[in-house]
Amino acid sequence: MAQHKVNYLADGGTPIKLTTVDKIVNFGRSNSLWPMTYGLACCAIEMMAAGGSRFDFDRFGTIFRASPRQSDVIVVAGTLTKKHAEFMRRLYDQMPDPKWVISMGSCANTGGMFNTYATVQGVDRVIPVDIYLPGCAPRPETLQYALMQLQQKIRREPARMAQKAKRLI
Amino acid sequence: MRAYTPKNDVQAKSYYSDRFFVKPTLARKAIFNDSILSADCLSLQSKVEVLESYLELDHLVVIVNSEDNVKTISHLKNIRAYDFLVELTAVDYIASRGGFEIVYEMLSTSKRKRIRVKTFILQNDTIETVEPLFRMANWGEREMFDMYGVKVKNHPHLQRILMPHDWHGHPLLKTYPLHGDEAASWYEVDKIFGKEARDIVGPELRDAACVDRYDTERFARLGHEVSKGVDISEGNEPDTPIRYQEEGGVKLFGKRLVTPFDEIETKHLKERK
Repeated sequence: MAQHKVNYLADGGTPIKLTTVDKIVNFGRSNSLWPMTYGLACCAIEMMAAGGSRFDFDRFGTIFRASPRQSDVIVVAGTLTKKHAEFMRRLYDQMPDPKWVISMGSCANTGGMFNTYATVQGVDRVIPVDIYLPGCAPRPETLQYALMQLQQKIRREPARMAQKAKRLI
Repeated sequence: MRAYTPKNDVQAKSYYSDRFFVKPTLARKAIFNDSILSADCLSLQSKVEVLESYLELDHLVVIVNSEDNVKTISHLKNIRAYDFLVELTAVDYIASRGGFEIVYEMLSTSKRKRIRVKTFILQNDTIETVEPLFRMANWGEREMFDMYGVKVKNHPHLQRILMPHDWHGHPLLKTYPLHGDEAASWYEVDKIFGKEARDIVGPELRDAACVDRYDTERFARLGHEVSKGVDISEGNEPDTPIRYQEEGGVKLFGKRLVTPFDEIETKHLKERK
């Protein structure tokens, strides 16, 4: 039997790539961010456009899901009313960890122009937000940029950090 | 709209003395100007006591007693062929008259005429439901209850329709603040986390005139994002230019994509061709 000495680590050797667990986990997480379909107002139109073929979220590995149990990022797209805040918190709680939140548009960030009794003045009063996305409504490119920022954020931090539950409030 | 006034000497004079818009009153015509509507009105007068009636923008407006509302609507629907109840609402006159004006707007599709039935109730009085006559009144009266607190007698399901069931107050009352009362401003916090979380979440920031230099200059600018917790006090702001190449990430510009400049292989031209 022939004895071969294979240098596995050499470039052009067997296809082995050495990396860390953190990196490979984060690679998986950041490149298959599945957002929950959560359109609340006109921002949802831009979110849908971003998901459609012209702007094409699928190339980021981002596929909108209709269930919180299958998704790991929630894009709060639009005005959150006080009546609805409870339901959004419940949906957020139903998402499995690790989970992230993109607050899309002025209304979700601060209440926007709806400075009234019935509007939640920023979704961060209800759920912890990772990315605040300015605009009224933000263009699909902006949402893509936000998603890329979120991907970079996920890659930056150790994988086990995302596993820890976020603050409750 | 405001009437136009020339503003040549706009610096010298203050033109907007009418800062608070006063609704122009519409011309009221006598009912005999419209034969169909006057016939309707006279027919109604034989049935119920009509306190006042006039034409306004081709609508017949009749004001009746609040206890006659069902009789009036029923007469107009069944006898006078007003087959639509288009709108049902209340107007808050608590400050000036101590009660609500209830407005029923009706449309006859066969006659192409509209009638507005108005009635007045005191703040704590109730009004009989017209839901048996028009199904639309079910939601209309629920909205009226939700927004003004007008109680409707014999309504099949008098619950709030727009605001949540545990809401406090009636938002379209003139006395209700636009930004909400104490209960409204803490509503979502109380409901989701409980009252003890108020200190952690903090009060709502509702100052629309608040301009934060940091928000204006940094928040909405691409490549100027600042992570949470970073010191942003004056002169201390970190620069965050757009970095296309992520640190430790996949190389965007690798050897294969960019041909390196080779001094030996490159031909130099002596003259410009």
